[in-house]
Amino acid sequence: MTSRRTFIKAGLLGGLVLGAGGVWYAASREQAPAGRLTRSARSMFQAITPVMLAGMLGEGSGRIERVVDGVERAVAGLSAAAQSELADLFGLLGFYPVRKLLTGIGDWRLATPADIEASLSGWRFHHYALLQGAYAAMHDLVLGAWYAQPESWEAIAYPGPPEVR
Amino acid sequence: MTIRDPIREGLAAGWKVLDASLIESPRTLEADVVIVGTGAGGGIAAEIMTAAGFDVILVEEGPLRSTHDFRMLEAEAYPQLYQESAARKTRDKAINILQGRCVGGSTTVNWASSFRTPAATLAFWRERYGLTEYTPEALQPWFEMVERRLGIGPWERAPNMNNALLRSGATALGIPVGEIRRNVRDCWNLGYCGMGCPTGAKQSMLVTTIPTALGRGATLIHHLRAQRLLSAGARIDALECQPIQADGIHPRQTAVTLRARHFVLAAGAIGTPALLLRSNLPDPYSLTGRRTFLHPTVIAAGQFAKAVHGHAGAPQSLYSDHFLEQYPIDGPLGFKLEVPPLHPVLFSTTLQGFAAEHAEAMRGFAHTHAQLALLRDGFHPESHGGRVELRADGTPVLDYPLNEPIWEGARRALLTMAEIQFAAGAIRVLPVHEQCRGYANWGEAKEGIARLPMKPLLTRVVSAHVMGGAAMSASAETGLTSPDGSLRHVDNVSVFDGSVFPTSIGSNPQLSIYAITARNASILTSRMTGRPAPPLA
Repeated sequence: MTSRRTFIKAGLLGGLVLGAGGVWYAASREQAPAGRLTRSARSMFQAITPVMLAGMLGEGSGRIERVVDGVERAVAGLSAAAQSELADLFGLLGFYPVRKLLTGIGDWRLATPADIEASLSGWRFHHYALLQGAYAAMHDLVLGAWYAQPESWEAIAYPGPPEVR
Repeated sequence: MTIRDPIREGLAAGWKVLDASLIESPRTLEADVVIVGTGAGGGIAAEIMTAAGFDVILVEEGPLRSTHDFRMLEAEAYPQLYQESAARKTRDKAINILQGRCVGGSTTVNWASSFRTPAATLAFWRERYGLTEYTPEALQPWFEMVERRLGIGPWERAPNMNNALLRSGATALGIPVGEIRRNVRDCWNLGYCGMGCPTGAKQSMLVTTIPTALGRGATLIHHLRAQRLLSAGARIDALECQPIQADGIHPRQTAVTLRARHFVLAAGAIGTPALLLRSNLPDPYSLTGRRTFLHPTVIAAGQFAKAVHGHAGAPQSLYSDHFLEQYPIDGPLGFKLEVPPLHPVLFSTTLQGFAAEHAEAMRGFAHTHAQLALLRDGFHPESHGGRVELRADGTPVLDYPLNEPIWEGARRALLTMAEIQFAAGAIRVLPVHEQCRGYANWGEAKEGIARLPMKPLLTRVVSAHVMGGAAMSASAETGLTSPDGSLRHVDNVSVFDGSVFPTSIGSNPQLSIYAITARNASILTSRMTGRPAPPLA
């Protein structure tokens, strides 16, 4: 479990890295084809999805991939400005030193659900608007991508749209 | 019953409709009047001006989708029909804005609530902005004309449970509740107005004024963003436009230039000020995009033992203005109470929390009744609203600082909604706030809400009503536009949309935009023709 204290420290250090490490980070940043998530953003969403949707996602096969595909479609539908802001955010979180500092997570695939949950909770109430915004973006993207899919509706007793013709 | 799609019928009949995402080479078109935007303002202006015989070009940034395309799926509707996939946000991301971006504008996706401009709002405009002709009596014929045209009338069916719970809770507390009039004909009572009406019942611009204007020979160009007005002295000569790719997002390089005698701006209260800012027109008092209002809205979800099914049935049929009338209009912010339709994506993304906390609330989806409190901004001396600014790529962003008068009203509104929901029999009430896990009774809620920190990104704030930014006023110092909507400092531009409101409306704004546009477009038409303007069909 990452403690609140670590987050406060990470917040301060994170600010320094974000301020001073921009060039280094920009040079190493991974690019993805238009409309697609980068490989590191995909692995981040693969890790975050089952945690964000704990207690709802269930065991169905391929569900996580379908949510991540939905996130990818949702991002591709945003304004160019929002897409570029998200690309910056995903780039930062895909950048090992920043990710390690802000979340304590080295590799998304090796992180435990408890670590990820602690990261999300930390961002949610962080005093840095950047991280609060990161949490809000993950929240809306992952939950929106899941509840857009008809397979999510039975669990919430939503019958789907009626027939009109 | 056969469902008609007037747009598809018209396309088959040979209407002049161009998709700018397909235009191959630069081109210049000419008309008497160019109208930017096809929402409430653009639609009404198009019908009136084509009736007077003008050759009109309508410009729409979004796509053309019509009745038969609407499948009531959030996954399709938000990216296709809304600005920024329904995720448009203010600069600090603290307010999410729902705004249409498609032919018909927000009228294609709104919830059909129709209110005349409140008398108290008009009185404030007369007193503070010298809009002496804006009296309820003088506007009445315009309201009656658009109400007839758009089938605006009482909702004859029973309210759905989501709305009925607002009434039962309010009534138990002695709070009066009114019935909302709606712009529908032969409505199927489905509840999917926000995803484009699949039966053509909602009398949006898409199925009324726009088909009428196109039937009279107007040209519609969609996937086309109005970029810049080009002036020659005090006259605007041309409008430079940028086609948008089929994805609806990325611009194309092929330029389209539109020439006209007169330009009507109806791109909404973010789009219109943004176009003016990009055009760099004279603005000696620096008013463009200032005082942009949102009716900042807070939300509370109540859980009930019985099923509510908030997704089904007319989304808004009951309201209360009791808390708009408690204090003087420029005192502590008043709020209007309404309910929102509940659909899985909009509800799940609005609701706070994640994992077990969120899953538990979602399992109660079908038993949830939600309320909205729309804060009336722009009247309190410290409620200045926001400011439309341009990003480096020329697209607009609204900077709207949430300040103390808003937060004071937001807390009062959250308290009020919780009290009403418990009075209606809620077993749990969840104000939408990151630090709130819900309350089991009114006593608990009263104590808890009093302690919630009212801060951006913690208290969920949303908006579906963007107003102001090019206010009308009798004085050039406080109004970028004159009381008839004409833009000051140039000769041949009018603003016919919600941008001209000097404050928020204090009610869902569509009917205010329809009626004030009908008035001002008629004044313009008769000035251009020397004859009285013909009425709407």
